[in-house]
Amino acid sequence: MGLETKLGDVLPEVITTRLDALVNWGRKSSIWPATFGLACCAIEMMAMTDARNDVARFGAEVFRASPRQADVMIVAGRVSIKMAPVLRRIYDQMPEPKWVISMGVCASAGGVFNNYAIVQGVDKVVPVDIFVPGCPPRPEGLIWAIMKLQEKIERDKVFKEEQEKVA
Amino acid sequence: MAESIEQTQSVKHVPRYADTDLIRAQFANTVEEVIEAIGEVTVIAKREGLVEFLTWLRDEPSLRFNYLSDIGGLDLGEFAEPRFAVAYQLYSIPHNHRLRVKVFLAEDDATLPTMWHVWKTANWLEREIYDMFGIHFEGHPDLRRILMPADYEGYPLRKDFPLKGY
Repeated sequence: MGLETKLGDVLPEVITTRLDALVNWGRKSSIWPATFGLACCAIEMMAMTDARNDVARFGAEVFRASPRQADVMIVAGRVSIKMAPVLRRIYDQMPEPKWVISMGVCASAGGVFNNYAIVQGVDKVVPVDIFVPGCPPRPEGLIWAIMKLQEKIERDKVFKEEQEKVA
Repeated sequence: MAESIEQTQSVKHVPRYADTDLIRAQFANTVEEVIEAIGEVTVIAKREGLVEFLTWLRDEPSLRFNYLSDIGGLDLGEFAEPRFAVAYQLYSIPHNHRLRVKVFLAEDDATLPTMWHVWKTANWLEREIYDMFGIHFEGHPDLRRILMPADYEGYPLRKDFPLKGY
């Protein structure tokens, strides 16, 4: 009736793949971000999900208000020293595997806020996977970061420890 | 109805300022100087009798400064004497006029009486001054830092504070 019958004609019933590749494919195809909008970058982060940019094409449109349901934390904006422990706590509450995108120059390096109140780079608080340049980065820039993250997830070794044991 | 329209049209959108002669006459001991410049009135006041002075400004029918719009802190520099100043920005909603009351403070005695029982909003505004300048407010119910983390060292808006902190 539907697509499955058409596919059944073309594809064999059984296909083989590496388990790593299968798991990574599943992970990279639905990276749910935790909402962590801190400043003007958050507006561009929201614009990323709108009809024009549509990050749903990459499976990352479901922003979660709870860190326990999120895969990636997009730090969108300047992190004050007072906010840093909160940020770390949100990160700690996210389940593994988890990733961090540092969005914009403020989150990445302090930006113009080279002063006493702002953390000079969020990598001092949490491990960052992707830095996005810009002030703020355009939504395309953030989608680029999500695609880069997908490439990174593809390269991941899911069963690394087991492999090392065998070797 | 016609009358109210007339009243609306008669409102002139020019700022109005408080009667300074009355202020001078009533609080000669607290008021040091009254400066009128660029259409603004600044009263330089002493710390002694400040609570009574500001309470009177709030309650006097012809002044009625019922809104404390801001408290500002000033650091005039490490070598200035007196070093600090605190400025109360007052506004009267019924009369639509403004007044600034400025108090100078020496560095070794940077304390003021709290105004939170005169205007409730002074609670947080004074906490901000304490946080940024380290000026203490005697009688304040909850004098903690408000902007910076509780364990932060130093007072960021002092002139001798390094840009990126200690």
